[in-house]
Amino acid sequence: MSGAPVGHGALGAPPPQRAGLSEPRWVRWLLIGIVLTFLSTFLLLPLAVVFHEAFRKGIEVYFKALTEPVALAAIKLTLIAAFIALVANTIFGVAAAWLVTRFRFPGKSILLSLIDLPFAISPVIAGLVFVLIFGAQGWAGGRPIAFIWPALWWVTTIGAIAWVIYGIWAWFTIARPGWLWWVGLAALALAILIENGPVLAWYSSLFNEVFQPLVTADGKRQIATIADWLASEHDLPVIFATPGIALATAFVTFPFVARELIPVMQSVGQEEEQAAMSLGAGGWTIFWRITIPNVKWGLLYGLILCNARAMGEFGAVSVVSGHIRGQTNTMPLHIEILFNEYQFASAFAIASLLAGLALVTLVIKTVIEHRLSRQVGKAL
Amino acid sequence: MSTSIPIHRRWRSRLGILPGFGLSLGITVTWLSVLVLIPLAALFIHASGLGLSGLWAKLSTPRVIHAFQVTFGVSLVAAVVNLVFGLLTAWVLVRYRFPGRRFFDAIVDLPFALPTAVAGISLTALFAPNGWIGGWLDPSGLVLGVRPTDQALWQWYDYLRFEVNYTQFGIGVALTFIGLPFVIRTVQPVLEEISKDTEEAAACLGANRWQIIFRVILPELLPAIITGFALAFARAIGEYGSVVFISGSKYLQTEIVPHLIIIKLEEYDYQGATALGAAMLVVSFIMLLTVNFLQRWAERRAGDRP
Repeated sequence: MSGAPVGHGALGAPPPQRAGLSEPRWVRWLLIGIVLTFLSTFLLLPLAVVFHEAFRKGIEVYFKALTEPVALAAIKLTLIAAFIALVANTIFGVAAAWLVTRFRFPGKSILLSLIDLPFAISPVIAGLVFVLIFGAQGWAGGRPIAFIWPALWWVTTIGAIAWVIYGIWAWFTIARPGWLWWVGLAALALAILIENGPVLAWYSSLFNEVFQPLVTADGKRQIATIADWLASEHDLPVIFATPGIALATAFVTFPFVARELIPVMQSVGQEEEQAAMSLGAGGWTIFWRITIPNVKWGLLYGLILCNARAMGEFGAVSVVSGHIRGQTNTMPLHIEILFNEYQFASAFAIASLLAGLALVTLVIKTVIEHRLSRQVGKAL
Repeated sequence: MSTSIPIHRRWRSRLGILPGFGLSLGITVTWLSVLVLIPLAALFIHASGLGLSGLWAKLSTPRVIHAFQVTFGVSLVAAVVNLVFGLLTAWVLVRYRFPGRRFFDAIVDLPFALPTAVAGISLTALFAPNGWIGGWLDPSGLVLGVRPTDQALWQWYDYLRFEVNYTQFGIGVALTFIGLPFVIRTVQPVLEEISKDTEEAAACLGANRWQIIFRVILPELLPAIITGFALAFARAIGEYGSVVFISGSKYLQTEIVPHLIIIKLEEYDYQGATALGAAMLVVSFIMLLTVNFLQRWAERRAGDRP
């Protein structure tokens, strides 16, 4: 075996290193046996069961389960939600990786922790927070339009406070705030003034307008609440609809691209970009011609991991979806319904698609890891 | 001299010379706030609306307390199982050569890639009394070949039978599955980095194999082991998809906190769901801080070594 020491025992004495540097052969094979049994039981058997159960009732049942209109709708919705989450998180991930690896600024480690936050949070809570904002009992009362002014108000107020704190901090640590800081402060103050004056007026007039059609000539209300009216005519439903599912999916898969891209961009370094800049290349030229080609494997790595999680997300989506068959059911939710109705063959047929996706993801992941380790040493 | 330079100039030189700071900072902070921070703040603001006594009233019911006990207890056991087998697996994958090693190394990440709902139904099918593993745990299939018809035999049967589905053991199986890669993937790179020289030096000084493992190798791995353990535990606490099928969610027996949140939402008890969610979020924050601290510790220890 490898690792056997050489050049020992000229006098026939047992080599002392041998006992110290490797386990006896039987221990090695025992450990290998235990580990392979453990991995097979917990990884291979569950995977095998999926395909076994999916094809148990024959190939016709399998394809029938996949081509049902409800199943097709679930597949379509899963693809839509995953696509939205993927696009959103790619833009974010690239921006965050550029920010973190190309600049030095205070608060970077806090930002990194915040990016990782969704990994630490239960997916069920990821769904719950959106129900609390957009649900019927939430801030927006189920109507995002009711959310606009309060959200604006909070963001600017908290922003202004942060701006002032940052200015005071910078005054003491770096230098007196420059004109840019004063302009920003003035803009925030102006925004708060406008929000408390004209915007509030517009907002309440909107509500008054909304009240009018609800009252008939004899003074009776036609519709119970403004919320009902808005929901029926003017607003985009979020919870129990595609936007909510996409939001929850994006929340859960939020860190993937950024997290995989950051170490790769870190190890690639910025010398090439600086060289391009000194030769007169603009920011976007540097980004598209140098950065993206350099980190494409890292980006792809993040994308496939993000995609696998987005398509398979269950907990978060389960909270916001409402489980309407053929409309708000994604593939994992469709599996749940079929399984609870004892339609095991159909449930495992859909599950086999997702398990296939997981296998493809693992294969691509292994290939990319191989390429990445060649490209940047031990980046991942 | 230095005070005469405007702040934005001084900033630029400290930041780095490449363009795009404002744009990337803007995108990052906006996305982060809209998608993550404001929603999480919403949960806390909703929870604070309940008041401390209201929160306590929602959290101190026997059902909630039991769910917390089950969630934390079983997650801890699953994390310990993962610790032991993860360490063993990392050791075997790094140190030994055997056929299929690369395949098993790649398949370790399966729980990350396999959707939790798929894992849940396949584990349930696997451990059902007529499943591939469940059949072996059911002595009627193993010993008697058929389920007993005689009343006296039934008693023995019930005594010997070991059920996984719809028990806390089943929850443990699911949580072990989803936490499996964490310890392996944190320990593996550290183990690969440990040079043989240290071990040879220890052996030359007369240490035997056990002494080398416990005095030289394990202390080196300790930060990675604890980090992996904490990651697996944190993941297990929040897990929902793979558990809900195998646990059956029996009242006061196999209910876990994430599922209880969903039950509360389905009952339109938004306050109860908010209280539970806020409590879980606080736990998640504590876990995140712990893991961050542990990772820094590990990096510092790794940095100390030549």
